[in-house]
Amino acid sequence: MRMSYSDYDPACLPDLLPLYYRRLFPFSQYYRWLNYGGVQKNYFQNREFSFTLKDDIYVRYQSFSTQNELEKEMQKMNPYKIDIGAVYSHRPNQHNTVKSGSFQALEKELVFDIDMTDYDDVRTCCSAADICSKCWTLMTIAIHILDRALRDDFGFQHLLWVYSGRRGVHCWVCDEAARKLSAAGRSAVAEYLSLVKGGEETVKKVVLTDPIHPFISASLEVVEKYFLEYAVQDQDILGRKECVDKVLALVPEDVRNELQTKMKGVKQPEKLWKMIKNEAKNKQGTVKKGQHFEKEIMLQYCYPRLDVNVSKGVNHLLKSPFSVHPKTGRISVPIDLKEVDSFDPFVVPTISRICEELDRPRTEEEKSEESQDKENEKDAVETRKMRDYKRTSLAKYVKYFDSFLDGMTRSWKGELLRKSDDQMEF
Amino acid sequence: MQFQRRHRKLGTNPQSELYLQPLQFYGEPPLENISLAEFETFAVERLKLLKTVENLGVSYVKHSSQYKLKMDNELRLLHFPYRPDTKRRKDHISHFILRLAYCQTEDLRRWFIQQEVDLFRYRFTDLPPQQKLEFLHKNNLKYNTLSDKEKNELSDKLLMSSYSVSGVTVEKLEFYKVPFQDALDLVRSRKVYLKAGFAFVPQQDIVTIVLNDFRTRLSKALALTARSLPAVHSDERLHPLLNHLSHAYLGQDYSIQKNVGKISLEQIDSLSGKSFPLCMRQLHQALRENHHLRHGGRMQYGLFLKGIGISLEQALQFWRSEFIRGKVDADKFDKAYAYGIRHMYGKEGKRADYTPYSCMKVILSNPPSQGDHHGCPFRHSDPELLKQKLQFYKVSPSSITQIMELVKGMHFQLACQKYFEVTHNVEDSSFSLSHPNQYFIESQKALGGGKDPKRDVDVPQKVQETSQHLAETAEDLEALFKDG
Ligand code: SF4
Ligand SMILES: [Zn+2]
Repeated sequence: MRMSYSDYDPACLPDLLPLYYRRLFPFSQYYRWLNYGGVQKNYFQNREFSFTLKDDIYVRYQSFSTQNELEKEMQKMNPYKIDIGAVYSHRPNQHNTVKSGSFQALEKELVFDIDMTDYDDVRTCCSAADICSKCWTLMTIAIHILDRALRDDFGFQHLLWVYSGRRGVHCWVCDEAARKLSAAGRSAVAEYLSLVKGGEETVKKVVLTDPIHPFISASLEVVEKYFLEYAVQDQDILGRKECVDKVLALVPEDVRNELQTKMKGVKQPEKLWKMIKNEAKNKQGTVKKGQHFEKEIMLQYCYPRLDVNVSKGVNHLLKSPFSVHPKTGRISVPIDLKEVDSFDPFVVPTISRICEELDRPRTEEEKSEESQDKENEKDAVETRKMRDYKRTSLAKYVKYFDSFLDGMTRSWKGELLRKSDDQMEF
Repeated sequence: MQFQRRHRKLGTNPQSELYLQPLQFYGEPPLENISLAEFETFAVERLKLLKTVENLGVSYVKHSSQYKLKMDNELRLLHFPYRPDTKRRKDHISHFILRLAYCQTEDLRRWFIQQEVDLFRYRFTDLPPQQKLEFLHKNNLKYNTLSDKEKNELSDKLLMSSYSVSGVTVEKLEFYKVPFQDALDLVRSRKVYLKAGFAFVPQQDIVTIVLNDFRTRLSKALALTARSLPAVHSDERLHPLLNHLSHAYLGQDYSIQKNVGKISLEQIDSLSGKSFPLCMRQLHQALRENHHLRHGGRMQYGLFLKGIGISLEQALQFWRSEFIRGKVDADKFDKAYAYGIRHMYGKEGKRADYTPYSCMKVILSNPPSQGDHHGCPFRHSDPELLKQKLQFYKVSPSSITQIMELVKGMHFQLACQKYFEVTHNVEDSSFSLSHPNQYFIESQKALGGGKDPKRDVDVPQKVQETSQHLAETAEDLEALFKDG
């Protein structure tokens, strides 16, 4: 039985947030993440948080010394939105007292932001802030391509993918090497990963030249898996005449004319696509330029479009995981890589849903656990909160987050061990 | 596995050894005393040299044979050969003087580094192979090379990752295994094969690594120099001289607002058709059509407007009235956008007064992406669209052909200048375009509109003037480079 949750009402947000931050927000995991095992001193303490409060009031440079302080403050302020910034040289909340110039952003996760609005010229189903299950495939493709490249090419391991709550995804690369990357390093990685270039004044946004870099081939392999079903069938990019023309605009002029004649009278999109592919194949024998147009078309329609500026800056803020999206009410949940293909943004719980779930009568099992709690009063508050989120549909996302953190912990352990070894030498 | 800096204790005749080498990383400042007159001459000449490097870089495809040829010529004309030992002293000293002048702001540093790196690259590439190797060894370049076995396994990928490698040579070539952080330029442009965080760099591309290193060192050194700057600033003989040197690179500083309030908001529409360069006209049009511009567009256009004399109050009114016709209401505008505009005028945040973007900056940095209208139309528009646009603006077919030729040769500013000439009916414009605000001023001049704001293009003269008052004393250069 599925309840209807689309009835999230932004007007209720002020009433729901206190409940969310008091009983559901996974503070302990959150702290465990940003503390990074305490390997580096003051890593959590010097981290910038920024809150968006009611009426779009924006407060930057918040920072907290302990998990407890963070918890208290969030429960007091009840932010509509939480952003995470860099780890600074000093406590961000004291940035005014530091001599200007010496307050500097030192480290941050390498982040990526992919937003569906950037695909408006290649979506036929929706536009702007709207998404549907058809175009969501673009995000699935983006995750597969970037995740592979960041791991295999750049050697990163700890990648947290997060649903933005509305129309996109974020990636947080948490490896130490990524956190320490310079601004130039970040922009180099982002540019390596960018294939779609140009703004409103550019028609052909992907241009391939020989030789085709292994990274591009690997990305194409991913796109190929989805292209026919997603682009040709679902988006129907070879359906209406205007659409076909748009695709053909990406083909070199001389080939375009030939193709147009051949394609006359053919209506089935699959057939048309086959013709384009064959034409490209034939032309690949010749030495002419522009021989990769079928690949360029696939990439222009499907390749991830990164907001490079978000990735470049060490001090750029990005919406935090488990923050609420004030418009949709959906929680920014981590995406389990094993289930990317079945991830459905419309199933992601809204704040109203999980708050309702809390009010459900307890099951027998839960009750018995509860009575056990009362016996050992000690951690009662903590454990109650633990079980609180477990009773909601947030549970599986927190569980995945836990397993992600376990993976990182293993690498911190190695790091701490190495450090203590180093000390032994002296 | 890293570049290691050679630390040398300097003896009595410390630099003579340095001048035996044709090229250096400028790791050690000059130690001798030089006269103020020489200080000045060196500075001005190096500035000319760097300006030349910049101009050639804009007008020719960098590192093409044409570019190299021009560079050879120009360097000779500027009396800046570096081969003979005696001139190396000048190269060394003049580099360090300009560091003082160009360390002061982010913009200046960026410009200086860019030109010095280009110059260095040209010189390094020009070295005979033997000297290249020597240079690498002198600077302790030590990376692991790939074993034959590894090369075999990866030969396909290596082949597909570099333009310069062909099948036969993979076996013969050395490949260095370099942490990707050390090979950013190659990574950025996907010119190397990357695996698990390592870039596999073919030996002939190692120059890029050297440049990367040079760039990093230089930018660190400039930051350090900037910190010791207060000392230099308090030197009343050097300070004005250095200031003039640093202002020279833009010709004019368009951040200093002149003609404030001379232009009314009602005039902007007609001015945009008559006197705006295409980049700004495009932004203006997009703003009017969409009642919105994204960040990159707001910066590029907003600063331009500031440069032509739009006051902060006007700017706020201008942007607000346009934005609220779109999806943004007045309240949202005041919260989300007004700050940014005040910021441009140095009224918020760091209170830095932002300078209108030069053509170089528009062309080279922050290229437009989806939804953006900023950038330079000559650089960032599809040639087809550009052509249509020019037709629409009633440029004659023959002029269009000329412009498109220039675009094809990547002479974007020259193309823009050509466009200026044909739309203003001037045969041979007497300026060399480097800034959208300059375009505007020249256009107003040509149309007989605004008065010609005095420009000081002639750098050497200017420097001479101010330094007349300077006493002829010897300067201990080394003292200026103490690590503050
Ligand atoms: S060359 Fe300069 S002024 Fe002309 S359009 Fe490009 S950026 Fe604008
Ligand atoms: Zn859709």
